Amino acid sequence: MLARFGVPVPRGEVTFTAHDAAAIAERLGTSVVVVKAQIHAGGRGKGGGVKLAKSPDEAERLAKQMIGMTLVTHQTGPEGRKVGRVLIEEGLQIERELYLSMLLDRAAGRPVIIASAAGGMDIEEVAASHPEQILREHVDPATGVVPFQARKLAFAMGLDAGAAGKMVKLLDAIYKAFIETDASLIEINPLILTKAGDLIALDAKVTLDDNALYRHPDIREFRDLSEEDPLEVEASKFSLNYIRLDGNIGCMVNGAGLAMATMDIIKLAGGEPANFLDVGGGANAEQIKNAFRILMADKNVKAVFINIFGGILRCDVLAAGVIAAVKELGVPVPIVIRMEGTNVEEGKRMLKESGLNFTTADSMNDGASAAVALAGSAAGASLGEARVK
Amino acid sequence: MAVLLNKNTRLIVQGLTGREGTFHAKQAAAYGTKVVGGVTPGKGGTTHEGWPVFNSVHDAVRETGANATVIFVPPPFAADAVMEATDAEIPLAVCITEGIPVNDMMRTFTFMKGKKTRLVGPNCPGVITAGQAKAGIIPGHILREGRVGIVSKSGTLTYEAIHQLSRVGLGQTTCIGIGGDPLIGTTHIDALDLFNKDPDTDAVIMIGEIGGTAEQEAAVWIKQHFKKPVVGFIAGQTAPPGRRMGHAGAIIAGGQGTAAEKMDALTKAGVHVVKSPADMGAKMREIL
Repeated sequence: MLARFGVPVPRGEVTFTAHDAAAIAERLGTSVVVVKAQIHAGGRGKGGGVKLAKSPDEAERLAKQMIGMTLVTHQTGPEGRKVGRVLIEEGLQIERELYLSMLLDRAAGRPVIIASAAGGMDIEEVAASHPEQILREHVDPATGVVPFQARKLAFAMGLDAGAAGKMVKLLDAIYKAFIETDASLIEINPLILTKAGDLIALDAKVTLDDNALYRHPDIREFRDLSEEDPLEVEASKFSLNYIRLDGNIGCMVNGAGLAMATMDIIKLAGGEPANFLDVGGGANAEQIKNAFRILMADKNVKAVFINIFGGILRCDVLAAGVIAAVKELGVPVPIVIRMEGTNVEEGKRMLKESGLNFTTADSMNDGASAAVALAGSAAGASLGEARVK
Repeated sequence: MAVLLNKNTRLIVQGLTGREGTFHAKQAAAYGTKVVGGVTPGKGGTTHEGWPVFNSVHDAVRETGANATVIFVPPPFAADAVMEATDAEIPLAVCITEGIPVNDMMRTFTFMKGKKTRLVGPNCPGVITAGQAKAGIIPGHILREGRVGIVSKSGTLTYEAIHQLSRVGLGQTTCIGIGGDPLIGTTHIDALDLFNKDPDTDAVIMIGEIGGTAEQEAAVWIKQHFKKPVVGFIAGQTAPPGRRMGHAGAIIAGGQGTAAEKMDALTKAGVHVVKSPADMGAKMREIL
């Protein structure tokens, strides 16, 4: 993707099988090739996902080890990511390793270039331990990167005049890629200076702005659904904002802020949320049903806490949706409902008259406590069952 | 007096003829807001629900004397709408639209620099002054007139705060939803500055969330300049790092932007930070 904008990258090919790795290494023809695990996270080098091979046979052996392994880096979280494919790349004669990235500086409202002579390292650690080694340069959206800015960074990293000239071209290409792909981060780590004096992006991570994907159908095809949680993929089909977590209390909330706050209050009440779920402001009965289906597909869920503040989404519409979903899907765990706002009395009456066994709560606090208590006793009961069996 | 909106506000709706625009224009009018017209390019000269429709913000301002606009325009066209409002020198633009590409907003803010328009949002529930006027989607019936201001990144969490205040017998002056995007117009600091100068506001509830450093910057500012009590809550204390929690801006990146660091900064600045979102109203009652 970056090469398309003129960012120099090493030659290489991606494969799903170890067998092809040897053939690719043969084709590249360099004395050394690099085998890289392809996952959507940084910090791969330190996690054992980047290795050197001195022969096509060794490339095949390393590829075999990597494909199928679970790679844990500081960006994947403790559960890690499974490696589905590897990249076989030409080996290069490295003179120096540098760090270069461009990202949106929220406070300044414009992109900032971050550069460091300490390449190949975890930049967050460098920033913490040696802040003086981190260089920053803001980009004015009206001008793009001005050549003097690129030279300033290059000289500060100790590059010579020749490499500084290449830095001007490189940053121009990176800025073009940043704007045209609607990136929020382009991180090149390491950026290498070869013995021949070239600057080459050895590894890169690009984060794109989800809000802008509608105008990049070509980039959308890069999305690898096997890299994502299947429930999250399913939820996204119904425009539900769902993130799976480790706890046992399923949450259904309207609004992102209230959804986060609901997770927080569950934790304060002594429980663990099973998910973040924002059904959105304009949710209808169908949407509520889809949300229930997703919550119930997570087998860890022992109780559901619905916390809705009705503004545009009226409480009676919510109640109708919940009742229909429970009747149709037969939700097998206790449900605690706290709702407030537009048409709340009507909504409460409907829940009461439905004959279904809901627990209702008047405040967020009461709702969270009730859900935690119910999830606790449900978990205890299923443990008991298991023992009896 | 309150801030941003009052009985004399003359509001236009950009995107009036759309479903959202129509619904919320009616709601605003029912709340007592002087809605004076709308803008939908290509439908100028017609009327919609009794309101005159104009082709441009310039026309609308000239014909109606509007001094505020609320924007319900789909994401691909919203940045354009904000810049048009800015060019027409309308003092207040409130952009409700969620999902605007960040690059579009970056260009928009470059365009707005040094110009006269204040932007609230995007991706926000808007602004409401209790008993006077509203621009946005905050349900008016949950408010009561009083002396507490609210500034918040979140919509429904703002409703929650309003409701809790009402339950403990406290009313509101103005509630400002500043939005959950990475780049926003009016910041926590801007809103606090308005409340600082407003003789009708005695105290403020400030609601933040994970991501970015706006709350930390606000903490420094509060310590130096803010003279009234503040109750603070930060959403996302249990949010996992690296994941975007619904709002485009709500993400802990590289260990930065956590709720803990924001709560710590605010506490040090003298803000009454509550851990539980259920305690915002009670805490305010306690200190007033």
